[in-house]
This record gives sequence, C-alpha cells and structure tokens, in this order.
Amino acid sequence: MKVENQTELFLVSSSPHTHIGSSVERIMLDVLIALAPAFAASLYFFGVDALRLTATCVATCLLAEWLCRKAMGRTNTISDLSAIVTGVLLAFNLPPSLPTWMAAAGSLFAITICKQIFGGIGYNVFNPALAARAFMLISFTGAMTVWSNSGWIASVGASTVDATTVATPLGVVKEALKAGAAMPNFTGAAVMQLFTGKINGCIGETSALALLLGAAYLLWRKVITWHIPGAYIGTVFIYASILHLVAPEASVPPQIHLLSGGLILGACFMATDMVTSPVTRKGMLIFGVGCGIITMLIRTVKSGAYPEGVSFAILLMNAITPLINRGCRNKVFGTKS
Amino acid sequence: MQTIKSPYNFKGGIHPAYHKELASGSAIQGLPLPATLSVPMSQHLGAPAKPCVKAGDEVKKGTLIGAQAGFISAPVHAPVAGKVNAIAEVLTASGRPCQAVVIERVESDETDFMQPMTNWQSRSKDELLARISEAGIVGMGGAGFPTKIKLSPPMDKPIDTLILNGAECEPYLTSDHRMMVEHAREIRLGAEIARSILGAKTLRIAIEDNKPDAIAAVEKAFEGVAGDVALTVLRTSYPHGSEKQQIYAVTGREVPRGGLPMDTGCVVENVSTAFAISEAVVKGIPLIQRVITVTGDAVQNPANLMAPFGTSYQSLIDACGGFRGGRPAKVISGGPMMGFAVSSLATPTGKTASGVLLLSPGRVSQYTSQACISCGRCVDACPMRLIPSELSQFVEADDIEGAEGIALMDCIECGSCAFVCPAHRPLVQHMRRGKACIMAQRAAAKAKRD
Ligand code: SF4
Ligand code: SF4
Repeated sequence: MKVENQTELFLVSSSPHTHIGSSVERIMLDVLIALAPAFAASLYFFGVDALRLTATCVATCLLAEWLCRKAMGRTNTISDLSAIVTGVLLAFNLPPSLPTWMAAAGSLFAITICKQIFGGIGYNVFNPALAARAFMLISFTGAMTVWSNSGWIASVGASTVDATTVATPLGVVKEALKAGAAMPNFTGAAVMQLFTGKINGCIGETSALALLLGAAYLLWRKVITWHIPGAYIGTVFIYASILHLVAPEASVPPQIHLLSGGLILGACFMATDMVTSPVTRKGMLIFGVGCGIITMLIRTVKSGAYPEGVSFAILLMNAITPLINRGCRNKVFGTKS
Repeated sequence: MQTIKSPYNFKGGIHPAYHKELASGSAIQGLPLPATLSVPMSQHLGAPAKPCVKAGDEVKKGTLIGAQAGFISAPVHAPVAGKVNAIAEVLTASGRPCQAVVIERVESDETDFMQPMTNWQSRSKDELLARISEAGIVGMGGAGFPTKIKLSPPMDKPIDTLILNGAECEPYLTSDHRMMVEHAREIRLGAEIARSILGAKTLRIAIEDNKPDAIAAVEKAFEGVAGDVALTVLRTSYPHGSEKQQIYAVTGREVPRGGLPMDTGCVVENVSTAFAISEAVVKGIPLIQRVITVTGDAVQNPANLMAPFGTSYQSLIDACGGFRGGRPAKVISGGPMMGFAVSSLATPTGKTASGVLLLSPGRVSQYTSQACISCGRCVDACPMRLIPSELSQFVEADDIEGAEGIALMDCIECGSCAFVCPAHRPLVQHMRRGKACIMAQRAAAKAKRD
C-alpha cells in the first residue's frame, strides 16, 4: 500500500477526545473531605483515642497497600487514595479503647485479605473496612465491645445497664428489656444527644449530624446518588415504625433506630462504596432495601448477638451485588415493551 | 409554523464543554484553494466510487470523476476545474486507505453541472430521486449514508415524519449552525423536496436550545410552509444529534432494537443535506463542497469554510492563519466526541467531515486505564441504556458472545461512557473491537451459508 511519506505525525487515538475531568483519586478525595466533619466530631467526643486509631489504620492501610502492590509486581495504587479511605472507615468502626496493635492487625487484614488478594481496587467483593471489622469482632470480641461512658445511658434512665462494658444505644435497650426493665425513656434531649453524637459507640459513627453533613457534600459533588442511602434509611424507618406501632412497649422508636448503631455511617459511606454496590439505579434501590431489611432482622431477632447489624447487612448485600447487577440491567433503548 | 419544546427527554446523555463560541459567530467564507486537490472516492458509507477519469483528462467543475459502484454507494464529482494528475492512494480521515482522483487546478469558470429543475413540484418522485442520486448526495451529519436510499423506503414502511437534524450536538462544531443562520431558505426548499418525495405529512426541524440565532433564522424561513410543520427546540444534551435519540426527543418513538428509523415512520436528514438537495434539484449543482468548521484552541482564527472536497487539512488551517501556540497535539476530523484523530495534515476533506478540530497539548490528556470501580456513571450516561462497564469487561476478557448477549451491537459509539469514566477506561475502543469481532463472525457465517 502506497501512502505518502509523512514525516511529522499527530497523535492518533480512539474517540472520545475529551473527558469530563473526573478521576478515581478525586472521588476518593471527596469521600475523605466528606468524612472530615465526622472525624472532627470523633476528636471532640473521643479525644486522643480517635486520633490514635485513625492514624494507625490509615498508616497501616497505606503501608499494606504499598507492600502488596510491590510484592505482586503491579503498578502502585496508593496514590488513588482508596487505601486511606479504607483506613479512615475502618477506624470509624472501632471502639475508642481498642489497643493500637489490634487496629493495625485489622487494617492489615482489610488491605491484604479483603482487597489485594482479589486484585486490588475494583476487584474486591466485600467492602474492605467492613469485612475487616467483622474479622475483628470475631477475633477480638472482648476488646471490640468495650465502650466509654458518654452519660447517655443514665440520661434515658436505664440504670441497670453497665455503661462501659455492654452497650451502645441499641444495646442499652436490648439489655434493659432482657433484664425485665421498662423501655428506656427517650426524651427529646436524649434523641438530640444521639443526633449530635454524645453517645457510646464506635469513634466515627456516633454523630449523625457530622455524617449527614458529609453525605450532603457527597450528594452535591455527585459522588453518590440518593438511591442507596435513601432506600436503606427509608427501609429501616418504615420497618421500625411498623414494629413500634404494633408493639410500642417492646420496640425501639424508629428515630432511635436511625440514629444509632452506625446506620448513618453505614448507609452513607459504606453501603455506597462503589466497587461493592450495584451499578444501575434499580440495583441500588434493591441493594438499599436489602440492607435495611437485613439490618432490622439482625437488630430485632431476639437471640441476635449483635444489636448493630449494619456491618453484616452490608456485607451480605455485597455478596449478592453481582447477582443484583445481572438481574437489574436497564431495558435497552428500543426494546419492545 | 409553530415552535415547540421537545416533549421527550431521552435517558442518559452528557453535557460536555461546548466551546461553540470559538466559531459560531464567524460567517461562512471561501478559502484560497490549493494547487492540487485529492478527491477521495470513498466519502460515504458503502462501496467506494470507481474512478471514471484517467491521468491527463481535463475536468470541469462538476464533471463526474467517480461512478457509483453498487447499490449502497454514491458518485463523486470534480469540485474544481483542472487536469487529472493521477489516481493515487490517500488515507481518509478515518485512517482507511482509498483511491483518490488528484486534480491539478486551473482557474476557470466553466462548469459541468446538471440541468436545473426550475419547477421541481411538477417533477415525479423518481425524477427527483434520480437527481439526488446523480448529484452524489449522502448524509452529511457524519454517517454518509446515500440520501437516495434513505428517501426511498420500501412500500411496507410508510413514512409520516421527516425530521431535519439541526441539533449539532458535537462540541466545537458550528457548520450546521452557520448553514441554518445563513441558508435557512435553501434548507427549507430541500426539506420540502424531501418531504414531497417521502409523502411525509409531518415535518419537524430539531435544533438544540444553545443556537438561538439558528432557531430565529429557521423560524423566519419556514414561515408559511403548509401542513403539520414545527420547529422542535431540544434541550442541549449530547447525543441529541444521534438519529435514535433525536427521533425519540421529537416524536417519543423508539427505534426498535436492530431496526431502522423508518420502522418508526421517521426519516432524519441533516440540515446540510437538505441544503445539498436544494442545490442539486433547483440549480443542478452536484455535491462538491461543504462547510467545514476549522476550530479548537490550537488554530489562529477559527472559521467556517466552504471547502471543495479534496482540500487538504493543511490548506484549511493555512486559510485560518495557521497554528496558534505551536504544533497541536491532536488534529481531529469531526468533533471531540466521535471524530477521528488524523495523523497527517495531508488528509483530504470529504462529504461527511463537518469540522477539523485542533487541540493543543494542554487540551489532550493521556491517561492510563485503571480498573473499573463500578461507579455506574457510564451506566447513567449511556443513551442506549447499556451497561458499558460490564460490556467492556466482557470484551476485554474476549467473551464476545457474552457482550453480544447484553446488547453490544446496540452501542452507537457515542463516547458518553468513556467521557464520564473516572477510571479513564477506553470503553468505546472496547465496544468497537467487540463489534468488529461480531461483524467479522457474521460475515464469515454468511460466506459459509452462501
Ligand atoms: S459509546 Fe456505546 S456504550 Fe458508550 S455510552 Fe455510547 S452507546 Fe453507550
Ligand atoms: S464509569 Fe468507568 S469506572 Fe465507572 S462503572 Fe463505568 S467503566 Fe467502571
């Protein structure tokens, strides 16, 4: 084939030749920005422990990510910031008094076993932070369920409950009811305290206010859509409302369900993890509803060992995300109805 | 004629930076012609035309130089007067080699046009179609499908609606825009001819709302056209210029999967094609030139040039004052979403090339493709409602059948998915490769059957 002699050639590539300008790093940076208010709240409520745990988790995650990529001879991905996000999210799911080495062990597990063994970002089936938390709950059960006393428990009149060794708000209710005491009295002030975050719990999950601020930022930046958090929180609310209507004496009021047990953190920051949630809007709704139902099942079934349930609900839904994706493809343009 | 807002919004689509202001205010102008023009024989979809002149032949402006070579094909005419130098091989904008008639230009006013049809209303449909075919008219929006075929649908596919496509949704390009502003009357004439051939009772002109001056010009020119005629103003969204999305936006009808626009009773013609029809019928001028927007941040004076086919990109750029700020990184035939990057400025213009886009290194990013993070943005952006992430993974894994099973062939290669992908995955490239594999398989299967 005779083609003219062309000395200076221009760059040739497949269309499109323009890009919106988004990047994985920018998305991860936005998530970190959105987590900042909750981090500030955790410092305020839990002081130096919050800093200790967050720093440990982030540093360990980064190191583990770097070492794994190096060992596997793959391009290094620490600059995509996803390891930092995992570190922060894991730390947020830990109780304040957890020993540093346990936090480091959990982080190592998150990055190596839950993320890099699958092939790194994009290939993991489970949210690494949540999977690591589940691992830690099983391995370090005692240390993972020790809480600092925020004074909230006394304020709802559940004096029979040991504030430091037992429970977060949902645990308080469970313990109180088990002991035959009356349903704690949730005054407006107690609910407000739940909302701002002055309660027992993991360091990053307590302040609904700070978390919702972050979630609003993510929605505004279009990093997430309303579908997963909306469906998740909505399902929990409806489910809890029905239970409360049927048996007000034996069930926790819906607003308490929403504001405790890491629901807001889970719904806005963990369930929305892109890699492990569906890609279509319909799939996202199903995913959110599924998370909500499983959370409530775990929370309300009498013999349940974990009053929280959020982590396990999301992990279970992570597992069926490929199925949801397969079942929820959009109807292709021009499909005969 | 009334003006209506598009009643239907297609799902998906994107809003890239348009940069139309670079050239939209610049009136269509001529350019100093080069000494030689290489006129490609393949400026349309289908079989390339067969050169019917030889080296040494004299041609006038309008002389047939390439004969139609099959049912889906179109003839090519000399865009200028001169002497045929050679039949040579050139690379067209899409990078494919094809034969070209190289004409050494001479200054001459002599033309070799067809007879004008002064009273086209009295001509039969077949006469008009023959004229459109003879004039070498093809869809000028990009696909280059021979217009005659489009205007003669089979009997069992009655057409009730003709849509004039003036969306021009590709960023940067303004050639259709300027045609509407400056030649709305001719466009109207072409539309009336096409409408009468089709017997379409409804006529719609679709223009995006970012071209108010074009809307005003078309409103004025179409004043008094009889029957169900309206200007449909589309909200600005890419890819509104795509036939399927446009038919939906205008009529609410979806072209069935694997089907053609005529299955919905619609024919879509580009506004520049309508102009070409009126020139061919009323003045007898074959399709030998078009408006091409030379634009981008790397050209000195962006402009809309009326350029004869076969003009080299080099001549176009020279006419616009050359490069701005050094050598561009990319030269693109067409727009940034679906255009072809060309390697050389020797590339000749053709019937479907509506723009030459020059991008400086600052506007051209090179990315490394990362793993898909399942963010779903491509899914939201896809106007065909496909799952680009999954499709690309299938193709990447060479599971072509899997990809076909989830509607790979419905991809229109619009690039919306790749435009939004934060992992910078070359999604369209995967789609193209997958589609090419399927086409090859189908062709092989057909060859075996025959
Ligand atoms: S290029 Fe294909 S897959 Fe991508 S958005 Fe366009 S139609 Fe959808
Ligand atoms: S936009 Fe890119 S990263 Fe996001 S789902 Fe699509 S292919 Fe994956």
